[in-house]
Amino acid sequence: MPCRPEYRVVSWALVLTPRSIDGVMELRSDTPGETREIAAVVARLARSGDIVLLSGDMGSGKTVFAQGFGRALGVIEPMTSPTFTLVNSYPAGALTLHHGDLYRLERTGEVADLALGELAEFGGVLIVEWGEAAAGVVRDHLMVHFDTVIDEDDDDDGPSSTRLIDIAAVGSMWAQRMERLERDLGGYAC
Amino acid sequence: MIVNENTLVLGIETSCDETAAALVLGGDDVISSVVSSQIDLHAEYGGVVPEVASRAHLESLNPVVARAIVEGGIDESRIDAVACTVGPGLIGALLVGVSAAKALALAWDVPFVGVNHLEAHLYASFLENRTLQFPLVVLLVSGGHTMLVEMRDHGDYHLLGRTIDDAAGEAFDKVARYLDLGYPGGPAIDRASEAGDPDAIRFPRAMMDDGLDFSFSGLKTSVVNHVRRDPDVSSVDVAASFQQAVVDVLVHKAMRAVREVGATGIVLGGGVAANRLLRSEISAACDAAGIGAFLPSRAMCTDNAAMIAAAGWHRLRAVGASPLDMGAFPTMPLIEGAGRR
Repeated sequence: MPCRPEYRVVSWALVLTPRSIDGVMELRSDTPGETREIAAVVARLARSGDIVLLSGDMGSGKTVFAQGFGRALGVIEPMTSPTFTLVNSYPAGALTLHHGDLYRLERTGEVADLALGELAEFGGVLIVEWGEAAAGVVRDHLMVHFDTVIDEDDDDDGPSSTRLIDIAAVGSMWAQRMERLERDLGGYAC
Repeated sequence: MIVNENTLVLGIETSCDETAAALVLGGDDVISSVVSSQIDLHAEYGGVVPEVASRAHLESLNPVVARAIVEGGIDESRIDAVACTVGPGLIGALLVGVSAAKALALAWDVPFVGVNHLEAHLYASFLENRTLQFPLVVLLVSGGHTMLVEMRDHGDYHLLGRTIDDAAGEAFDKVARYLDLGYPGGPAIDRASEAGDPDAIRFPRAMMDDGLDFSFSGLKTSVVNHVRRDPDVSSVDVAASFQQAVVDVLVHKAMRAVREVGATGIVLGGGVAANRLLRSEISAACDAAGIGAFLPSRAMCTDNAAMIAAAGWHRLRAVGASPLDMGAFPTMPLIEGAGRR
């Protein structure tokens, strides 16, 4: 199976933001466990004030990534989907992890009203599902995009588990850490 | 203060989408109950009313409280206490209600009572059925929550199980949107399923025999994968088969919970409690087991302030007023500070 499907020509990240992007790291995960491990590697480089935006279709692995990220950051209780609650907050060691979800928000004004960026201040780390809607209203962040690989020959209804994961730093806060991230995630590179 | 059947509590709810206010007498007699989505604020007061976030609550709260008092036909001097949701919920949204409730309590010189939103859902059923006998199993299923709670007495409950990923109502909503069935997703799936075959597709029933926790994320992904592989599949068959999978798991686990705690009945709560298949299958299972099934009206299942006032009345009687320096607690669990024991 090719790692990059042909339809994925333009990086969504470059389209969505005018800010500097140092290049997109392209990864492949074959199981939810691998997605959690990739998330854990990112979490180990995370620090107070960080923002991570997740995008991708329904069932593509955003919540699994957020759970792996939270666990590695020190969240103990089960992390459930914040789709209806909009933001769930968890103690994570010395930090607080704010897990947001913009699926239900349709207007940019509503996203701005949530004041997501403020959550990341004062010892917080923010990770947001359907986060592309917030790309314009938050400062420097890491963007993580998920694509599901569909296997047409697979008749099984069980979850198809291969995902292509693109990671890009927007602004300097994460750009400084991209080299380290690429080294640590080398095993998952496409 | 003496808390009895004449004690009138104003309840305020702003934890999520709904701004709500209600007057409840003696813990179970609803004098008035107003929910912002019921009244057309846009037409009555002008301006843009966003559906979420604290600004919406800020704009709706005063009109909603005023309406509750007017509909109750009482003078505000008759109110004996102000109860308000202090968590769990969005911090900004919670703070609007908490600040208003404290200000009203101070201005009227009456007690302020902080209420746990999830605890209040347990009390919603008592507003429509005063004959409930403990112990009960409460199945709370909404867009934000899916949990099984053992209610042993007023203020004495125990979390038996909860979702480890998506809430059941969220799965309904996302599958409905994916199938283009409309919004809100719960009623849309309910309607579409009427014309569909619930046995057409065998979707997974996750963690069926694995404790009392729930998982609906895999089911959602399974629906998406099925439609991707077979784009011509009948969407009503997918809806009916999906709904059957969710209901099978909810009923199976609720009945297991009943056996584990020896409950006298099951109480449904949350928006998904309006689902017709869930209501009929819970009723049938309870009949077969010789226990009661308590199915509140949709108005009492979904977020409202009557349940906040009722829970506030019980809390005021059992533990007294809350301090005015009490904060809001976005991640407040069901148990913390909720019971008298």
